Amino acid sequence: MTTTTPPSAPERVHPYRGTKVRRQRVRAAWTFLAPMLVTLALVAGWPLLRTFYFSLTDGTLSALGAANFIGLENYLVYDEGEWYGLLTDPMWWRSVWNTLFFAMVSVSLEVVFGVIVALILNAEFKGRMLVRAAVLIPWAIPTIVSAKMWAWMLNDQFGIINHLLMTLGLIDSPIAWTASTTYSMWAVIMVDVWKTIPFVALLALAALQMLPKDCFEAAEVDGIHPVRVFFKVTLPLITPALMVAVIFRLLDALRVFDVIYVLTSNASSTMTMSIYARQQLVEFQDVGYGSAASTLLFLIIALVTVAYLYLGRNQLQLGGD
Amino acid sequence: MLKKPLITAIVLGSTALSGAGQAADITISCGAVGAELELCEEGVAAWEEETGHEVDIVSTPNSSTERLSLYQQILSANSSDIDVMQIDVVWPGLLANHLLDLSETLGEDATEGHFPAIVDNNTIDGRLVAMPWFTDAGVLYYRKDLLEEYGHKPPQTWEELTEIAADIQAAEREAGNDKMWGFVFQGRAYEGLTTNALEWVASHGGGTLVDEDGKVTINNDRAAAALDLAASWIDDISPVGVLNYTEEEARGIFQSGNAVFMRNWPYAWSLAQSEDSDVRDKVGVVKLPHGPDGESAATLGGWNLAVSKYSENPELAADLVAFLTSEQEQKRRAIEGSYNPTLETLYEDEEVLEAVPFFGALYATFANAVARPSAVTGDSYGRVSNAFFDTTHSVLSGDMSASDALVQLEGQMRRLERRWK
Repeated sequence: MTTTTPPSAPERVHPYRGTKVRRQRVRAAWTFLAPMLVTLALVAGWPLLRTFYFSLTDGTLSALGAANFIGLENYLVYDEGEWYGLLTDPMWWRSVWNTLFFAMVSVSLEVVFGVIVALILNAEFKGRMLVRAAVLIPWAIPTIVSAKMWAWMLNDQFGIINHLLMTLGLIDSPIAWTASTTYSMWAVIMVDVWKTIPFVALLALAALQMLPKDCFEAAEVDGIHPVRVFFKVTLPLITPALMVAVIFRLLDALRVFDVIYVLTSNASSTMTMSIYARQQLVEFQDVGYGSAASTLLFLIIALVTVAYLYLGRNQLQLGGD
Repeated sequence: MLKKPLITAIVLGSTALSGAGQAADITISCGAVGAELELCEEGVAAWEEETGHEVDIVSTPNSSTERLSLYQQILSANSSDIDVMQIDVVWPGLLANHLLDLSETLGEDATEGHFPAIVDNNTIDGRLVAMPWFTDAGVLYYRKDLLEEYGHKPPQTWEELTEIAADIQAAEREAGNDKMWGFVFQGRAYEGLTTNALEWVASHGGGTLVDEDGKVTINNDRAAAALDLAASWIDDISPVGVLNYTEEEARGIFQSGNAVFMRNWPYAWSLAQSEDSDVRDKVGVVKLPHGPDGESAATLGGWNLAVSKYSENPELAADLVAFLTSEQEQKRRAIEGSYNPTLETLYEDEEVLEAVPFFGALYATFANAVARPSAVTGDSYGRVSNAFFDTTHSVLSGDMSASDALVQLEGQMRRLERRWK
């Protein structure tokens, strides 16, 4: 957990610099880090480099060995008066936009609802333990299972959601949630929000329980309105924890695949970067082009993450020295 | 980027688990649409009894697009996990490199009596890579009772279908049956939509996307008229949800009595006629309607059995294939599940015709079904089909007019043309 005190002036004096003790410490640090670095290089670095290499070839899934080096042609190539390649594919840019939209909206909603749920769970009431366990259920169900379940509930003809809304008189005719281009993005966002609220709520709840009681007692003595207390005291104090929750969720949402693939398959209105890359790699067997999409996907996620860390560096204190 | 190996691991892991109990000699993958899995299990059990070998059955995804991905992953990993694969009529070209030449093990005359068109389709560079198991062609199911009640005859043209469907749908809803729809078909963005849309386009005289010489022909007025008509059905005689229906969702609506017409494959017949069906004895089957300038067209479907090159028991696997595609098995499958035989003689068999009367009446439809352009586009067929069903899907969704969409589609296919020319 990060601390909440404002950062003090960084320590500029290094008493051990160049001494024997310091050298020993550096060596010890590298020794302890080595296994981790080797593992990372094997499980993350190597596949990443391989993907990047394949993105420069015309390899296909059925004949990977026969791949030829074709430079950047998978990304961009000028041929007979027209530009070809991933960067000119409108479907790719559509899926980039879909992914960013999905990530922004779903993560924002998850944070808002997650905090509300955490506040409820933080209150003292009878059966609190039971409710806490129950709230975790959506998070515990495997995504494929919950997405299938929602696909049934959202079905236009026999789905319970339409039945409910029609009985309540909110809609006149059933809505094709997963088929219509207007609603399908919102349907997948809703399912994703439903599933991941517990995760955000859990992190927020952990932060809430570590808050010092005295601030709240002082506020109560002064007769401050609870809403004001929330925005002036509680929220600033749990912000660092929320920032961590957001970065986890953001990384997850940017590479979203399962929930969308189960609900709407390859439909273009909800196609994300991962679904696009899978389609090229697996369905079309085009390892070169698909790897180019995977590489760009990686770069875009890295870019968003760096931007987020940079903008949130004061709260996160990860970027400090 | 890490997803592919992960999925493969899961697939392999689950097949390994299912086979952990007993040492099976052969693993076969069967479809699970309708009664497919049950019929496959029965057929396999008969072979097991005859030969004393053990067989594991792996069920595969219902969407053919997903099924192909699964096979491609298993085959490109050179895995021996599945010996016998049920493959679609458009896949032999794509998968040929990974499949055994069956004429070597089963003899040159193995395909005698089967429809020559299917045998040709399954023969790649002189190698017989799959045995025909059952054929398929799109047909129109209609509610005999409703058409009679409202004084209509089965439609000859798509315009007639549209009118009759609208008329009966309105009348039935008036009578309190507010879930009634006129027409359901396969409208999800997947291979099934390609087969449906190809029927609309071809029956309007709009060609088959790419002609025999590999030239892109899709951008024409007749094709645009066909797609515009189909788009007019959505939310009128077809529910908006049809845009996410595969075969089984469409059958669900029709079989529970909530649709006047349905486009589907013959397998739906025996299920619509089963004990627990709401429309038992109320269903008729005719050939699909046609447009003003065309003749009725049914897309050629159907499935074949192939043996993986990586199989550890290739002779045994080929023997199972020979057994399952034999006359006796095809006859049983025709009678119990209305799966179209690929043996011509069975279309004159009395027991078969008694169980599935339309096999006789629609023989010409099955024999002359329109093939998807998989042969001429080769490896690119997946992309061509994908571009076509995506475009059709956006026309049906009302995002684009058919004429604009076809201009775009032509551009996309021109880009792909570089790959097959």
